[in-house]
Amino acid sequence: MSAPIRVLVAKPGLDGHDRGAKVIARALRDAGMEVIYTGLRQTPEMIVNAALQEDVQVIGLSILSGAHNAIVPRVMELLREKEMEDVKVVVGGIVPDEDAAALKKQGVAAVFQPGASLDAIVTFIRGAVGEAAPLAGGPPGSPE
Amino acid sequence: MKSAERQFTTISGVPVEPVYGPGEIRNPDPGEFPYTRGIHRDMYRGKLWTMRQFSGFATPEETNERYHYLLSQGQTGLSVAFDLPTLMGYDADHALSEGEVGKCGAPISSLEDMEILFRGIPLGEVSVSMTINSPAAVLWAMYLAVAEQQGVDWQRLNGTLQNDILKEYIAQKEYIYPPRASMRLVTDTIEFGARHTPKFNPVSISGYHIREAGSTAVQELAFTLRDGMEYVDWALERGLAIDDFAPRMSFFFNAHSDFFEEIAKYRAARKIWAYTLRDRYGAKSERSWKLRFHAQTAGCSLTWQQPYNNVVRTALQAMAAVLGGAQSLHTNSLDEAYALPGEHAVTIALRTQQVLAYESGVANVADPLGGSYFLEKLTLDSEAAANEYIRQIDAMGGMIPAIEAGFPQTEIAQASYRYQREVENGERVIVGVNRFQSDDPSIDLLQIDETAEQRQIAKLAALRSRRDNGRVRKSLDALRRAAEGTENTMPYLLDAVRAYATLGEICDAQREVFGTYTETSHI
Repeated sequence: MSAPIRVLVAKPGLDGHDRGAKVIARALRDAGMEVIYTGLRQTPEMIVNAALQEDVQVIGLSILSGAHNAIVPRVMELLREKEMEDVKVVVGGIVPDEDAAALKKQGVAAVFQPGASLDAIVTFIRGAVGEAAPLAGGPPGSPE
Repeated sequence: MKSAERQFTTISGVPVEPVYGPGEIRNPDPGEFPYTRGIHRDMYRGKLWTMRQFSGFATPEETNERYHYLLSQGQTGLSVAFDLPTLMGYDADHALSEGEVGKCGAPISSLEDMEILFRGIPLGEVSVSMTINSPAAVLWAMYLAVAEQQGVDWQRLNGTLQNDILKEYIAQKEYIYPPRASMRLVTDTIEFGARHTPKFNPVSISGYHIREAGSTAVQELAFTLRDGMEYVDWALERGLAIDDFAPRMSFFFNAHSDFFEEIAKYRAARKIWAYTLRDRYGAKSERSWKLRFHAQTAGCSLTWQQPYNNVVRTALQAMAAVLGGAQSLHTNSLDEAYALPGEHAVTIALRTQQVLAYESGVANVADPLGGSYFLEKLTLDSEAAANEYIRQIDAMGGMIPAIEAGFPQTEIAQASYRYQREVENGERVIVGVNRFQSDDPSIDLLQIDETAEQRQIAKLAALRSRRDNGRVRKSLDALRRAAEGTENTMPYLLDAVRAYATLGEICDAQREVFGTYTETSHI
């Protein structure tokens, strides 16, 4: 069996609502992944550094405050600077459709909006890491 | 599945029998100790609940406009939502505020912003609730200073400061300082309020956020009441007499989807609090025994899918709050799974309350469900289960050691994960999400003007150059010294805000003295 997928679950920005992040962290762990949870109020710099140090394949960002347009592009930029484009970034939270489309253009692999099922998230991450899809655009059929 | 095989439970997982019998129902009338059936004999015939929509966005100017609109539509109180930088004690121009200014509420960096927020609103007549916690004392000082400017005697001020820091460590996580320093600040406001603002609630002990973080109804009930006891303990330790401050302690509960479980929760809350104040604390005044509460329908129950269904959910939840005897109520808007509410959506939410109040007839009778076999049994069970949690926390040495051990946090995380698993495997049906799916109609959403942040930053820069910076520095030095000692910090906060020291400057002065808090995460 191959090594477990390593995922960093992060809460960027000032938002303290961590219910979603914690549920996702547990669900990914129950699905056999190794999960590192950053805790609250992480800057993009802290998140990318943690991703580098922990050698993760996936970063999951949970944002419910509406600050995603300020935070996510900065994370993507830092990943490019550090040549970590192979790390898949998935975003979960309250992200309107237009913003989700814009974030995916910037290289975000998937955006999971409220009501997304845990199974869909697990399946997506397995697929994204397994098939080593090109960063831009994300794999076909990825959720909005 | 046949109904004989299926387990019926409340949304919190409490087993539910197919039918209930009389059991032992012996509750005194509404208005009589222990107030299980309500705190007033005539309930809403005497006074309807206050309709209070939580509101704030973009800038103080735009929020002020919304307040005038809501009051013009028959709303009877105001409730201020602050943005995340304000909740965390940062000014709009702080590096960490970037992208967050005005997104989740109104940005208030100085007294000037507070003046704009309440322009044209007579604070002597309208009651105002402010959802602010870690920097609550600072925002309250600004509010009191605006009242002063309007020539309103503080004795006349009606309103509520949320100021419940314990549930921040437990659930919402908008904390700045470590727990004991924060508790000292809360106690400062309770003490100051007991002397100067007899009609203002300095603390609103909140289960709402605990529930939103995924707790069960019983956890919400138990942790909230135990938090309340912690504030009482600290105020007594300060030397206050129980009946001088307990009547002004207020509560804030969630109104979730499980109709009867919620009503039972409110009834049990009143009963436990009444016994606690009378027997544990020896309060003599009936006013100390009576638990008054605000309710808000459950934000976490709103769905992104088929958003119009949220109107129905909210109406049922609001009805539970009213049948449970709430003193004030916020009804969520149908678009709140997406964004802060637009004007059309918030109007429907307000109309929902008005339909309940004026058309449904439910407000005509006190505790109209009293005597329902099922409800009475649920009330007793909720009371027993909450008291068990309270005993456990007492045994840990109180709520602060319990928080430091991660006890309530872990209990909530487990409940939340269990619930999500039930949704996932279809045991819990959420209409439009895991059953009865269909294409969603799109709805118009409130857009936060992207220039709001820049406008706030420009205003703040102008203020910093216009004010008397020597006076600001002096007031902050005095505040720092008071914080280092044991004096009540409220008078120093008032001096600082009157000098137009900013929220960030004031919180920085306190950060220097108290330090900051980082939690150990409990997944």
